[in-house]
Amino acid sequence: MYLGKVVGNVVCSHQDELLVGRTFLLVQRLPGGTVAVAVDSVGAGPGETVYVCRGKEASFPFLPSVVPTETTIVAIVDPLRP
Amino acid sequence: MVPARIIGTVVATRKDPRLEGKKLLICRPVDLNDPNETAGKGYLVAVDTVDAGHREQVLIVQGSSARMATGCKDTPVDAAIVGIVDQVSQD
Repeated sequence: MYLGKVVGNVVCSHQDELLVGRTFLLVQRLPGGTVAVAVDSVGAGPGETVYVCRGKEASFPFLPSVVPTETTIVAIVDPLRP
Repeated sequence: MVPARIIGTVVATRKDPRLEGKKLLICRPVDLNDPNETAGKGYLVAVDTVDAGHREQVLIVQGSSARMATGCKDTPVDAAIVGIVDQVSQD
């Protein structure tokens, strides 16, 4: 799990049928790290600080649906006091 | 999820029976901060689930989650192509 900032999105018109309807967002690891593509499970928007889960557990927020993802946004951070 | 560019195909005659009929593609991970893709390093061999083609930009799911892609259940796969990228918008 790591903190990131939503910096953009990715559009795929043709995708695995298990991913249809899901939103792909670009998340930059904080502070100022690499950019990754994550599936959104909480309705995050541009500029928001989010919590990202990686690995097989990244598909758990969508249960009982099966969603093939290994990087998922699982929470939106309200205040952040570094 | 890893954005990548398809750069080739793999042909394997002898393979695990559960991989028969699956298309294996060579993909180079794309650095989203580098539009010219000159910094691409390394490559992945991924199973195609979306009928992607040569030079297309795709999304790859890695690790055990790759087995959750369509048609990959219980197959020895750790990288699967699950989307063809149309557009990337970055602030």
